[in-house]
Amino acid sequence: MTYNLAISPDFKPDLISGWFFFNTWLQKQLGEGVHLEIHQDFKEQHDAIENGKVDLIYANPFDISQLVRDKGFLPVVKPAAKPDEAIIACHAGSFTEVKDLPTNIKIAQTDTPDVNTIGMIMLEPADIDKTTVEIIQCDNFVVVAKQLMRGDADVGFFLAESFNELSALVKKDLYPLVSSQIHMIHHAMLVSPKMAAQKDQLEKLLIAMSSDDNSKKILGEIGVSQFETMSAEDAEFMIDLMDTLTT
Amino acid sequence: MQDMNPQDIVGDYTEHELKFSDDSHRKVLVSEQETPFPKGCLIVSRTDTSGVITHANQSFVLMSGYEKSELIGEPHHILRHPDMPPAAFKDLWDTLERGEKWTGYVKNLRKDGGFYWVFATAIPNIRNGEVVGYTSVRREPSRKKVEECMALYPTLF
Repeated sequence: MTYNLAISPDFKPDLISGWFFFNTWLQKQLGEGVHLEIHQDFKEQHDAIENGKVDLIYANPFDISQLVRDKGFLPVVKPAAKPDEAIIACHAGSFTEVKDLPTNIKIAQTDTPDVNTIGMIMLEPADIDKTTVEIIQCDNFVVVAKQLMRGDADVGFFLAESFNELSALVKKDLYPLVSSQIHMIHHAMLVSPKMAAQKDQLEKLLIAMSSDDNSKKILGEIGVSQFETMSAEDAEFMIDLMDTLTT
Repeated sequence: MQDMNPQDIVGDYTEHELKFSDDSHRKVLVSEQETPFPKGCLIVSRTDTSGVITHANQSFVLMSGYEKSELIGEPHHILRHPDMPPAAFKDLWDTLERGEKWTGYVKNLRKDGGFYWVFATAIPNIRNGEVVGYTSVRREPSRKKVEECMALYPTLF
């Protein structure tokens, strides 16, 4: 049997080869076929989930609720010390505080759901909500930065990790207005009910990756220092937390 | 729950007697000192089904002014400010007991007598079909909404 592995489409493009190394490593460890499917965007991934074409997924926190509560996926591991945090940035010299933003701003954003949710929450103190803004949809965070640099958008939503990795040349033209410090929202690896029998084996394999030089190198290639156990209650707590943020 | 201690209070204060839905009382000491909400943070806590705090994140501890050990095991109304109309909390509990999500603007009381405003969302934690507790997440509120509440809440007593 061949299983389908999906990676949340918000992964950094330079990590794509790392995920192929990971997939090869995983097949060898499990002794089973695993096909890595790279979905172009969240819609494509959601369609694949709906059609039962995802067996193992490194999921965005926003999707974990649907996967666990509606589709019966089980949490396996989460990346250690790698929370998803968001940054709202503007063109350097335009604004210095969120409270100074007009309500009718143009926002450049990707389709990364948790970043967009956290970003909108951080604009609430300025009485800004979805009904007052114009959204400029971008393919990735570099395009978000370009929208700000050209003055086409007033603010942009970034995954903090991606903002911090922008080149110095780009960052000097941008100003981070606010950074989230939530610490409790993160990606997670989940298995579908079809793969439930392999959950414990997978958990052991993934947690042990950081103890072996070769597999630790693969972890580095996907931007993770180590995996740690994610219990069912860990997942339920994060789902409850995300639920409060979508009010 | 213990009455507030004058030695913990910063600045001038006034004294109030709060009565809670479980008929317990608490003497609270209140100053006019507002603590701004920390930018980009969320205040997160969980309680058991009777409203006793079981988890509190670092932002909760920091903004409350208490030590974490002083919060765990205490009723969530340790944060109750006398300017908050009791009707708001009745609505909160009625909503949660129906298994629904509650949101509202809340003025919370700090250990030092000061206060902070939040936009709060509380939801029941449902596990295997049963409510096992509640999660509350507070975020920085719209200042305009806070000003509306400052005008509205005194009329609800």
